[in-house]
Amino acid sequence: MSAEADSENHAKSDFWQGVRLSLPVVVAAAPFGLLFGALAVDNGFSVLEAFLMSAMVFGGASQMVGIELFGQHVAPWLIVLSIFAVNFRHVLYSAGIGRRIAHWPLVQQAVGYFILTDPQFAVAERKAEAGETVGFAWYMGLGLPVYVFWVTESALGAVFGKLIPNTHALGIDFLLPIYFLGLVMSFRKRPLWLPVVVASAAASIIAYKTVGSPWHVSIGAVAGVLLAVILPPHHSGVEARP
Amino acid sequence: MSTTLWIIIAGAIATYLTRIGGHLVISRFENIHPRVEAGLNAVPAAVLTTLVAPAALGAGPAEWAALIVAGLVSLRGGLMAMFLAGAAVLVLARQFVG
Repeated sequence: MSAEADSENHAKSDFWQGVRLSLPVVVAAAPFGLLFGALAVDNGFSVLEAFLMSAMVFGGASQMVGIELFGQHVAPWLIVLSIFAVNFRHVLYSAGIGRRIAHWPLVQQAVGYFILTDPQFAVAERKAEAGETVGFAWYMGLGLPVYVFWVTESALGAVFGKLIPNTHALGIDFLLPIYFLGLVMSFRKRPLWLPVVVASAAASIIAYKTVGSPWHVSIGAVAGVLLAVILPPHHSGVEARP
Repeated sequence: MSTTLWIIIAGAIATYLTRIGGHLVISRFENIHPRVEAGLNAVPAAVLTTLVAPAALGAGPAEWAALIVAGLVSLRGGLMAMFLAGAAVLVLARQFVG
């Protein structure tokens, strides 16, 4: 067997190893893909627009926020800003994963950053910590199924969502706050989590009553972030490095 | 093009900037100031809380019950378990209190 064919076989088995690791993510994300499609149509998106948003943004929570604000007829630039704000955490993933994939060709890196979601980062980082190389074939095996299923489910949800007659009885209008509460809770192990949540909750409620929607999101978020910035760094579990 | 399409395209560009931006910035600086890092760490909880708190305040008993059950389940179970539990309580409670 030539060296070239050998490395091609390696890439294939790496890809399928990644696909295996993607399965739990695909299963867990499925209801949300369908939910996004249904909510998108409910908030005034067409089926094509729901499909396009999933294909181009590929960020569940930010898409949910985007269509929620769209349904409330918020100014377009604020919707985009909100999507940016919700996705801002990816800046940290991006900073962390960069050193793991720096050996890839630039085009592959550009693709890799496009599919950099929460589970993509977590699983890739775990592989790197185990001392293994994060290869492009493995990374795509992990990310591609998640992407394909997410986009497909969004379109299916958008088509199927129109058939749901009584969205209030089914609770569809309040599923997002429940989902976001789950995301908030999933960060509860972080230092300063409770003070940040309390500050953001209080500030967003006050802003909601006074300034109004959607400014309460930005004002509440800034309040929580500022609290973490102002408190001495040792409260945040962040040590000053030499 | 429709406004919706522009929102989608701009949202996609903004999202891609967050996914590539951290790498572009960090590859230029050796250290991040601890206070900046602390602020960045607080971003998810700070942003997501603002999507729950006002909605919870303006809701009724059915929604409150759903949030409380979902919050309790999230202490033990994963995101999916807490979501399904919250949704189930919401649908059930709305049959009684609307």
